[in-house]
Amino acid sequence: MTRAARVLLALVPLVFLVLFFAWPVGAILARGLWHDGSLDLRAFSDTLSEPGMLHVLRFTVWQATLSTLLTLVVGLPLTAAVSRVRFPGRGFVAALVIVPFVLPTIVVATAFRSLGVERSLTAILLAHCFFNLAVVVRVVGASWETLDRRTADAARVLGAGPVRTFWSVTLPALRPALVAAASIVFLFCFTSFGIILVLGGPTFATLETEIYRRTAELLDLRTAAVLSIVQLLAVVGTLAIAGVTAGRAGLRRVAPVERVRLRRGRRLPVALAVLPGLLLVVVPVVELVRRSLADRAVGWTHLDRVTEGFTVSPLHAVATSLWIACTATVIAVALGLALATAVTRRRRSRLGRVGEAAVLLPLGVSAVTVGFGFLIVFDSPPLDLRTSWWIVPIAHALIALPFVVRTAVPLLRAVDPHQREVAAVLGASPRRVWREIDLRVITRAAAVAAGFAFAISLGEFGATLFIVRPETTTVPIAIYRYLARPGATNLAEAYTLATVLMVVTASIAFAGDRVRTRAGRH
Amino acid sequence: MRRLLIPVLTTTLVVSALAACSSGRAADAKTVTLVTHDSFAASKSVLAAFTARTGYKVRVLKNGDAGAALNQVVLTKDAPLGDAFYGVDNTFLTRALDEKVFDVYRPQALASVTPSLRLDPTGHATPVDFGDVCVNSDEKYYGASSGHGDAPATLDDLAQPRYKDQLVVENPATSSTGLAFVAATVAKYGDKWLDYWDRLRANGVRVVDGWEQAYDGEFSGAAGSKGTRPLVVSYASSPPAEVYFAKPRPTTAPTASMDSSCFRQVEFVGVLHGAAHPTAAKKLIDFMLSRTFQADMPLQMFVYPAVSGTPLPPVFTRFSSVPSEPLTLAPAQIGRERQQWIQQWTDHVLR
Repeated sequence: MTRAARVLLALVPLVFLVLFFAWPVGAILARGLWHDGSLDLRAFSDTLSEPGMLHVLRFTVWQATLSTLLTLVVGLPLTAAVSRVRFPGRGFVAALVIVPFVLPTIVVATAFRSLGVERSLTAILLAHCFFNLAVVVRVVGASWETLDRRTADAARVLGAGPVRTFWSVTLPALRPALVAAASIVFLFCFTSFGIILVLGGPTFATLETEIYRRTAELLDLRTAAVLSIVQLLAVVGTLAIAGVTAGRAGLRRVAPVERVRLRRGRRLPVALAVLPGLLLVVVPVVELVRRSLADRAVGWTHLDRVTEGFTVSPLHAVATSLWIACTATVIAVALGLALATAVTRRRRSRLGRVGEAAVLLPLGVSAVTVGFGFLIVFDSPPLDLRTSWWIVPIAHALIALPFVVRTAVPLLRAVDPHQREVAAVLGASPRRVWREIDLRVITRAAAVAAGFAFAISLGEFGATLFIVRPETTTVPIAIYRYLARPGATNLAEAYTLATVLMVVTASIAFAGDRVRTRAGRH
Repeated sequence: MRRLLIPVLTTTLVVSALAACSSGRAADAKTVTLVTHDSFAASKSVLAAFTARTGYKVRVLKNGDAGAALNQVVLTKDAPLGDAFYGVDNTFLTRALDEKVFDVYRPQALASVTPSLRLDPTGHATPVDFGDVCVNSDEKYYGASSGHGDAPATLDDLAQPRYKDQLVVENPATSSTGLAFVAATVAKYGDKWLDYWDRLRANGVRVVDGWEQAYDGEFSGAAGSKGTRPLVVSYASSPPAEVYFAKPRPTTAPTASMDSSCFRQVEFVGVLHGAAHPTAAKKLIDFMLSRTFQADMPLQMFVYPAVSGTPLPPVFTRFSSVPSEPLTLAPAQIGRERQQWIQQWTDHVLR
């Protein structure tokens, strides 16, 4: 590929990022930090000296810390069992606990509402734990599975008890994975929005919900901007601390996966390790489906009816969601693949590194910040998108883009350059080489990435809530509105839509996983 | 370069196809769009009468609670969602006026509107109806044979231990009803209003986001409700609504409204600045002040018509009374202090 072509391939997505990411975030910074053309930190001191604000900050950190601890407490025994012990149904359990992670947060919140839990801190913590168990099981499990048993065995031979062995041998070896998992969970809980909004109600406020409240309820955009900046700094700070802590890990011997047989005397401990996590994952999902079916006379049969307080029917919301998800997927996959192709074609080019880093940036800001940024930027020509139908799919594409690139880059990198050279030597024209080798990989990468983007768009809640208009209500927004209204009919409608959304996103995630695993085997 | 051609072409095609699909959604030229809150309601026949009179169909765009609907209007003021906006009340009036979401329009019929309701001298916002936000009680709960004693009679009573865990209110940040009740406490207690709320909090007041959640979800007196709280912040017209919808119709109202807690709420309509059909919007506003629409309002939205002399349905005259001396505050004072009230209230009651 010529240099010009590569630059062009990278340029279009980069322009998109500048326009729809850098500009809105820049506008937030400007609103919070600048006043009459000069740096002015008064907005900061005003906001942070509000008596209630300390409470909001404290609660944000407090609930994220508690959620992380709870997730580790429930998740670690489960991880130990799943990754170290062979027991009947192990594979099933390992797959099952991953499911919550692919569910949209609004579905998670609705599932916990279906259990009849009162709005409380406990409800928030349980939902966070439900959602994040997968992170612990996957990240720590991958490390635990391949842990060399011989070190622990040696410690036991030298006289250390099981507890001491765990503390001084196993735990240090797992530390990088633990830190990584804990910081991911902490970040997810720190920036959690839908769950806090639905399960916390007006009493509980975190930075995210406060940004929303200030914008949508109080029209206090200056404070919202300040809070967005605080949020941004906190996220970057957490990532930096996690990077430093995880980076200090020592060498670790990687052993092949080996699981011990389930002995008679170990059955109870293994059951006790697995059950809490399993129940936490299964019960809300089952209850949500059960409630949606129990009320099917209300929920499923009136999907075409515009209920009190709505502009559109649930079916209309489904159609809007699908249409928006299709558009967002096309944008995200086209731009993501272009960028991925550009950065993988030449490994150590500066352009490649810049492109790859740039596209990951949106991961660092929360969806709420994206929504808020869109709201304050795209309100005047030439880009007056606030009233346009396009604003929602563009926001979704922006949020999905990092995931598309992350998915596509390893797949594209897997192509051995020698393969192309061999094909060329054997007489294939450049076009045929591209068709026979590159195109196949690209198609597969596109399929996996499209699944991701589609699922992300279908479930997106935080950014959408800021920019959605009544006639373009998406399914997550409709669920939220139904939950906010009283009465059995509205609740039934919320359960029904949440069940539909859950089934669709979980199926897409499973299909994507299968395609990717197959691709990995090639 | 050629290998770029296909993806670029495909992308262009797809994008332009999508663009083609999503445009062409513009509203019909003979449609006037009324942006409003979730509680808006009008008889089909009444809206049909407007279409028959003017040739314009009314598209109703409901946009959340009154406060949320107004904020949406403010946030989209450069490209308005519709032609007219109905539902801004006296507690939010200054926000609508300061943000300049309305164009000036003074309908002729304004002269027949009760003078005390004409709160906008600048002529941007036209009063359409009013209501009184009052504490409602569940008469069944406080009935003579229940053993629960009498219903509270004053705001002070609500903070008494015997009414502990009985009151549910709306969050003033998200509900105009809630904001009106906060204004009532400011009007009643002045500088000491936050102390009153501290006492309410200690007495177990429950806060929910909207009126419907409070009334239909938490209040035990609403028909078919599973709620458990016998006291709720609602309207003076809620008791006649309970009577009107009950089958068979009872001879006494199942709920009662506490007169001394009432705060007067006036609702306005205006032509949205930058509306696509300003003439139609003006016609719609004229129509909203007409006898046809005004007489339809009481049983549709359970509010009182703003045009004096509009006949009231019997259920209103029998089961509801307009409080003679409701609590009031000047819109200008509300405008100045609203933000601060909400913030302080949040800090005292929720955090």
